[in-house]
Amino acid sequence: MRRIALFVLSTLSTMVLLFGYSTSSSGPLATSAPTSIQSGPITSSSGSTSESASGSTSSGSTSSGSSSSGGTASGSGSPGSTDVTGSVADTQWGPVQVRLTLTGGTISKVTVLQYPSGNGKDQEINDYALPILTQETVDAQSAQIDMVSGATVTSNGYLESLQSALDQARL
Amino acid sequence: MGMPISLALRGRHAHDERGEAAWQAALEILHEADRMFSTYRNDSVVSRLARHELSPEECPDEVRQVLALGELAREQSGGAFDVRRADPGGGTILDPSGVVKGWAVDRAVRAFDGLADTDVCLSAGGDLVCRTAMAGSPGWRIGVEHPHDPARVVAVVPVRNGAVATSGLAHRGAHIVDARSGRTPAGVASVTVVGPDLVWADIDATVAFALGGDALDWLRRRRRQSGLVVWADGSTALFGAGS
Repeated sequence: MRRIALFVLSTLSTMVLLFGYSTSSSGPLATSAPTSIQSGPITSSSGSTSESASGSTSSGSTSSGSSSSGGTASGSGSPGSTDVTGSVADTQWGPVQVRLTLTGGTISKVTVLQYPSGNGKDQEINDYALPILTQETVDAQSAQIDMVSGATVTSNGYLESLQSALDQARL
Repeated sequence: MGMPISLALRGRHAHDERGEAAWQAALEILHEADRMFSTYRNDSVVSRLARHELSPEECPDEVRQVLALGELAREQSGGAFDVRRADPGGGTILDPSGVVKGWAVDRAVRAFDGLADTDVCLSAGGDLVCRTAMAGSPGWRIGVEHPHDPARVVAVVPVRNGAVATSGLAHRGAHIVDARSGRTPAGVASVTVVGPDLVWADIDATVAFALGGDALDWLRRRRRQSGLVVWADGSTALFGAGS
């Protein structure tokens, strides 16, 4: 169901994982077809192209800082609906608490009871800057980019994408 | 959620076992998120919730976090973004995919937190998080793909610590719709948002794209972000601090 190609390159250690699911279907994160995995003819000086059996190992790092705990159910005003209030979850952004309203077993409303005011820790002023527009003629190499943010860097478009070229180049 | 995950590491732990262990831990976090949230997997928490095999009070806190983020995004976008949509049978389809990717990558990159003197950039399908910890690090240079020509970049963003997300039609086909109208927006080719974390950069890029011609006005009201809108005619507009 899942195959992984792991590329390890030399000076800039870049590793690529492609994973595809046999039950892929349309949706915001889905691609239109099951992913065909190609590891490509990568030869790297560090020499390690490896297969990784993932998804089967337990990891202590997967849980968030929050503990899973039950909610509190109570009847609400409208007939046939029930409110379920979750416990306060301590997330990386701060405490979050939500209340779900169930109508006929379906979530009909989500109410945020508590949420941190900011989106995270304050950033230093130089943590990121305005984008710099490039010249028409500038290609990825001369722009000296490390990674690409773009709309075609999906499993379908990946192999033709700049990101793929970067992953395979020995920058 | 089939998508390429790319990692760039440089510095002390770029080639050692600790770097590799952090990568494996990051992958496990992404797989865990996929198991929990994928609407394409029958055994995911979200799918079981939809079939009423699991009650919301039995859901992990992670699910409630994501639902809360989705609700906030709905409020802040005036309803253009919604993790729930009506199904033809009169019920509600819960599809938090638009929140989960950024949320999961933000979590996954924390696997690298312990790597001293090492820079990391982790990308999931073109949306990425950067961290710099190397002494004298130059930071990361992130290319913004040209929406009409994937072989070119339209801009470069220097990022030391932050996230970059790009939404465009090429990314998700016609899957981005304005939740209010159900229509695919016109006028915008792509929206790139740079911000402190990927969950909001990704949400904001998606929302702005869904808003079409109103994208730039909406983005300029958001705080602590910068970025770039490429209009359908190829012209560009920067936004953010100083613009």
